Amino acid sequence: MTAALALGDDALVLAHRLGEWAGHAPVLEEEVALANIALDLLGQARVLLSMAGDEDELAYLREERAFRNVQLVEQENGDFAHTIARQLYFSTYQELLYGQLAAGESEFAPLARKAAKEVAYHRDHAEHWTLRLGDGTAQSRERMRRGLDTLWRYTGELFEPVDGLDLDRDALRRGWTDSIGSVLDRATLTVPEGPQRGAWTAGAGRQGLHTEPFGRMLAEMQHLHRSHPGATW
Amino acid sequence: MVATVVESESAGAEAYAEAFDAAVAADERIEPRDWMPGDYRATLVRQMAQHAHSEIIGMQPEANWITRAPSLRRKAILMAKVQDEAGHGLYLYSATETLGASRDDLLDKLHSGRQKYSSIFNYPTLTWADVGAIGWLVDGAAITNQVPLCRCSYGPYARAMVRICKEESFHQRQGYELLLALSRGTDAQHAMAQDAVDRWWWPSLMMFGPPDDESAHSARSMAWKIKRHSNDELRQRFVDICVPQAEALGLTLPDPDLRWNEERGHHDFGPIDWEEFREVLRGNGPCNDQRITQRRQAHEEGAWVREAAAAYAAKHTDRLHGEATA
Repeated sequence: MTAALALGDDALVLAHRLGEWAGHAPVLEEEVALANIALDLLGQARVLLSMAGDEDELAYLREERAFRNVQLVEQENGDFAHTIARQLYFSTYQELLYGQLAAGESEFAPLARKAAKEVAYHRDHAEHWTLRLGDGTAQSRERMRRGLDTLWRYTGELFEPVDGLDLDRDALRRGWTDSIGSVLDRATLTVPEGPQRGAWTAGAGRQGLHTEPFGRMLAEMQHLHRSHPGATW
Repeated sequence: MVATVVESESAGAEAYAEAFDAAVAADERIEPRDWMPGDYRATLVRQMAQHAHSEIIGMQPEANWITRAPSLRRKAILMAKVQDEAGHGLYLYSATETLGASRDDLLDKLHSGRQKYSSIFNYPTLTWADVGAIGWLVDGAAITNQVPLCRCSYGPYARAMVRICKEESFHQRQGYELLLALSRGTDAQHAMAQDAVDRWWWPSLMMFGPPDDESAHSARSMAWKIKRHSNDELRQRFVDICVPQAEALGLTLPDPDLRWNEERGHHDFGPIDWEEFREVLRGNGPCNDQRITQRRQAHEEGAWVREAAAAYAAKHTDRLHGEATA
């Protein structure tokens, strides 16, 4: 079940990253919003991982190289603009992806239909903040630009094939590129230039190749569970 | 609603005060537009702000475990709980605004130490079991304190508390259930649960505030029906509730003097270390600095985000206005 792992790991890892914001958000309303998005993603992750096996075994007992999430979602939170850039890129992708899955007849269709409303809200949240930060103050504009630029190189992976998923990848890329272009235009920003993937040919997240911060994230996430083998919680 | 008072010079302030007293005596709700004594307003702002601050500071000790929760189910429950606390903070700041306070000003007072939050959050969460102990004991004590506030004389506070108490009761149950799973788990898990209860029991009893004869604001708050029961009364109620629950959990409460008193119909319990309470209140608890530093830091680091949102809103209001008048 490579596809269930790929989509489940995306949701799990991003949920975990968003959970790191708890108690650190810039305004109380965002404490609620970021936690809400994290909870939606965690819910999706639990359904998807359960399609592939035992959710806790998969989340807590796999090594880094066995995770199939895209590198984009494992990137550290950075400042709020960085997090919003990550959210914008990913939620735009996820909405289009789930849109395709919801219209199809694969085993992912029921989840995709159920999660459609959630991911539409995630995208809407990210878009609104991109507009506010891009067209806010000089400082917010610069931070937003930097976040978008830094993460740009992780966006190409979103359109790579996923084993077991029958997707119209051209439509996915077109939809994503149009949507991001339109939001950035309204935010008075420009689409980053440069390649949408790194120069390394060894592969990326979907092949189990991750970035350095991911290992530390898993160490923290898995530590307690692994310290008590066989225990139930 | 307070009965309408005919506004005339002869009626004057006295008539307003009488109407207020009559409304409180009749168990009616005071609403934001009703006249109220200045001290009543100030007492409510102080208490409600402290409550709101406690919700947002209280997120920290639990958020400390979100990234390490040992199962995905527990991670989801904990995230939802911490999110509820942010939500409670929001309702309570909003309810405080009905009294003329502003959230920004209240946050300034929190950050500069001019307003307090519940001292319990100055204790650290050292193990996963602490998440359970906070739910069972700290939220349990909070509910015991807060259920009577659903009948508080000030309408917006009372209504906010109805919703908050419903969610708190879920929090308390998840804590109890978490501890039960640990207590019935491996020896190491059981020991972790017992250790957490040992550390959180006495601070939880302190959450009801100083003994009645030393409580600075109690008598007046009772007269105004902001408060309905005394500190000692609520503390006793809490102890009586916890004892059978601890037995069901298979855990012991760390008090050698704890025993049923047939004559009183209550449990007797040992003396509380009020010196520790005062020290923590004074700022010398294990986490006072850490909690307020994190809160201040989040606020300061978020300043540019709030400024951006304000600048964007202002630009777009101008643009809308410009289009309308063009």
